[in-house]
Amino acid sequence: MKRRDFLAGAAGALALPGAALAQVDPRDPLVRALTNGAPVRKGKVTLVLPQLADNGNSVPIRITVDSPMTPADHVKSIHLYSERNPVPNMANFYLGPRAGKAEINSRVRLAGSQRVTAVAKLSDGSFWYDAAPIVVTLSACLDES
Amino acid sequence: MAARIQIPREAKRGDVIEVRILIQHPMETGYRHDDVGHLIKRNVINALSCRYDGVEVFRADLSSGISANPYVQFYTVAEASGDLEFTWIDDEGERGSERQAIVVRG
Repeated sequence: MKRRDFLAGAAGALALPGAALAQVDPRDPLVRALTNGAPVRKGKVTLVLPQLADNGNSVPIRITVDSPMTPADHVKSIHLYSERNPVPNMANFYLGPRAGKAEINSRVRLAGSQRVTAVAKLSDGSFWYDAAPIVVTLSACLDES
Repeated sequence: MAARIQIPREAKRGDVIEVRILIQHPMETGYRHDDVGHLIKRNVINALSCRYDGVEVFRADLSSGISANPYVQFYTVAEASGDLEFTWIDDEGERGSERQAIVVRG
């Protein structure tokens, strides 16, 4: 193999993980079930989690979506995914134009340090996401507490 | 199942109001064992919905990934005086409901 070919191949291989970082993995069957193969872009959604949780049994979470929430342009639903929980799809929230403001606050259980992802479906059919890492010192679900 | 709903008592028409609900429920995950080692059956509230004067304004599918005594906060536009009525159901089929009135002026 010529040195030039090798470099071109290496650059291609490096570009792939980059593309995966820009989007939620579309091959993930859970996300696929929701999007039906449509692209999920980063942006519009803001997911706020504490950086560190002493106890994974109750972690405050806030999801906001940048949307005018009018009948023509609103958030239809927000879906929460966990990387390490035994039930990866933690919750789905369904909103509508009557919400006035696309923001949800709740408290979740997290089984260990991980990345939590929120995917929002908009009324125009597009999907947006945000993800946040969190360190959990005492995990929920799996231990006897 | 007891629940507490927190909404403003009154609001101006068109205002975006904050709605908070806290439901007393263990949200049993199904992964815990009791004192003699038997698995405790999963029992979580799996569906929660909120109707404003009979029209659904919010709905959620919950799972064991939501903390015990689930707390949810969202927003809605104050359209008219009336009731916000929450209903929910858990894995054992037990239903709960709670309502709170709001007065809308203007």
